[in-house]
Amino acid sequence: MSTATAAPTPAPGQAPTPTPTSTASRRRPPRQRAGMWARWLVLVVIALLFISPLVFMLLTSFKTRADATSLPPQWLPEEWTLQAYESILGATATPVFTWFLNSMLAAALHAALVVVTATLAAYPLARMQFRGKGIVFGAVIATLLVPPVILIIPNYLIVSELGWLNSLMAVIVPTAASAFGVFLMRQFFLSLPPELEEAARLDGANPWSTFVHIILPLAKPAIATLALLAFLGNWNDFLWPVYVLFNPDVQTLPAGLATLQSANAVRYDLLMAGAVIASAPVLLLYVLLQRFIVEGVSRSGIKG
Amino acid sequence: MTSTNPAGVLPVAGRAPARRGLQSHGRATPWLFLAPYLLIFGGFVALPVVLGLWMSLHRWDYTLPRKPFVGLENYTDLLDPGSTTFGPFWQAMQATGVFMALSVPLLLVVPLLVAMLMNGRFPGRNFFRAVYFAPYVLGVAVVAVLWRYLLDTNIGLVNYYLELLGLPGDTAWLTSTIPAWTSLVGVTVWWTLGLNAVIYLAALQDIPADLYESARMDGANAWQQFWAVTLPGLRPVLMFVMINTIIASANMFGQSFLMTQGGPGRETRTAIYLIAEEGLRNFQMGSAAAMSYVLTVALVLLSVIVFWLFRERKEKES
Repeated sequence: MSTATAAPTPAPGQAPTPTPTSTASRRRPPRQRAGMWARWLVLVVIALLFISPLVFMLLTSFKTRADATSLPPQWLPEEWTLQAYESILGATATPVFTWFLNSMLAAALHAALVVVTATLAAYPLARMQFRGKGIVFGAVIATLLVPPVILIIPNYLIVSELGWLNSLMAVIVPTAASAFGVFLMRQFFLSLPPELEEAARLDGANPWSTFVHIILPLAKPAIATLALLAFLGNWNDFLWPVYVLFNPDVQTLPAGLATLQSANAVRYDLLMAGAVIASAPVLLLYVLLQRFIVEGVSRSGIKG
Repeated sequence: MTSTNPAGVLPVAGRAPARRGLQSHGRATPWLFLAPYLLIFGGFVALPVVLGLWMSLHRWDYTLPRKPFVGLENYTDLLDPGSTTFGPFWQAMQATGVFMALSVPLLLVVPLLVAMLMNGRFPGRNFFRAVYFAPYVLGVAVVAVLWRYLLDTNIGLVNYYLELLGLPGDTAWLTSTIPAWTSLVGVTVWWTLGLNAVIYLAALQDIPADLYESARMDGANAWQQFWAVTLPGLRPVLMFVMINTIIASANMFGQSFLMTQGGPGRETRTAIYLIAEEGLRNFQMGSAAAMSYVLTVALVLLSVIVFWLFRERKEKES
């Protein structure tokens, strides 16, 4: 069976990953086989601990109000119902559907902005020589070391001066200067052979058309990873939207969930339906693109 | 510094600019590429760092027209037991410290154990990796709302199962101090364990198999192999994971905002929670900015110590 080490986009400059036990596994002594089964059992138990809360969340969202708080707790709904979804999707105080659209719009635009700015910025940092390059790159590195808490208070002021309070602009733009994104894309551009640009230049292409027609098409996998991670990050962001989006109709889903919780402290059927709506898109993306997400995250930690 | 590409690699036909290698672009070209990023970076990263410092030197009540200059008063207040900000700030710093002291070691060790369990070839490995990482993609709002339900004192699954096991089934998980910390830390471990495990796993797979082979030849048992091969091989990643986890734990907000509301009392109100409430709810932005600078300095110092610890060990062994 093929292992996940054969990543779709191996990090540049990375040595071929050895498969430590590829030959040993075929002739394992019985004692090691028993050890393997024990390990497998432990992993299954942990996996159940990780999955069952999510299953319970999903099942509860189909319960009636009484059923969700019944004693002793039951896993399966007494009677399957969409009541919870109907009552939160229609409510004016907690317009979950509007929050969903807000989150979608904000996360998509944020991801697009991150991809465009980081890709454009990474290209000259990887492939051009110019005065001031070191300073720019140093500033980007420094961003990685600055804890985000320092930005919260002044950015609130800046956002309010721009008239962005209570507007999705406040959750789309300020976090879009992604140092991680610049690193990821720069790393990718560094791995491309310089002959590509040499050839383009000989054909009379300027830097911009070289970038658009030669470099960008090759960068698709890296761009997809960056877009995905930026989308997930924005979709799940919590502290900032809670404070900058305070009208019910402009909130994003995570901030909305906080509202839903304070408005319906013990309506667990409603809260779980809201949680399912907030997690469905990211879980779906995750199931479809699990390898890209996990690989992007794990490799960025090491090769960044 | 010259580019990595010598200009003479390809036969240069005629066009003079080509001889300059990768520099064959106008002076403004790199800056045009950088402009969109630098615009956002300048406005929402560089400017706020300076503006925050400026605000921290003023009595910056957001709702009032005048913001008088007060020098270092916002900072000295944090050191003066008689001031109104002293008590809440240090209580919140303490809460952050308690959370970090409990969660960072767990988030360093448990994911490593899980990653070592997953390292190697066996059926379903990719499936387990996917499952352990899944909670992390959910985000804190969903995680906190879900666990508030599971940890509910009366109807929650956690107490129900504890009672089935013959343990006390009436713990007030979110409203008494020690259980509240247990919940916040436990939920955080559940939520983020997969992240660190996946990073560890990628690093474990990069440790060459022949190192283990030769350690075994030398008669090293599993424990000795761990100390002699695994840990040294993980060192750079361990440092990265440690700093990452420290910063993430220091920024803990959503869990206590949604699960305990900072309670019981203000026991679990973390520093960032206090800064957000003080600055963005009560609009005392000057003192909140001062607090965020103190917290940032503490975090930077902590990161420096981690760097230093890892460098020190390296020198001793080599």
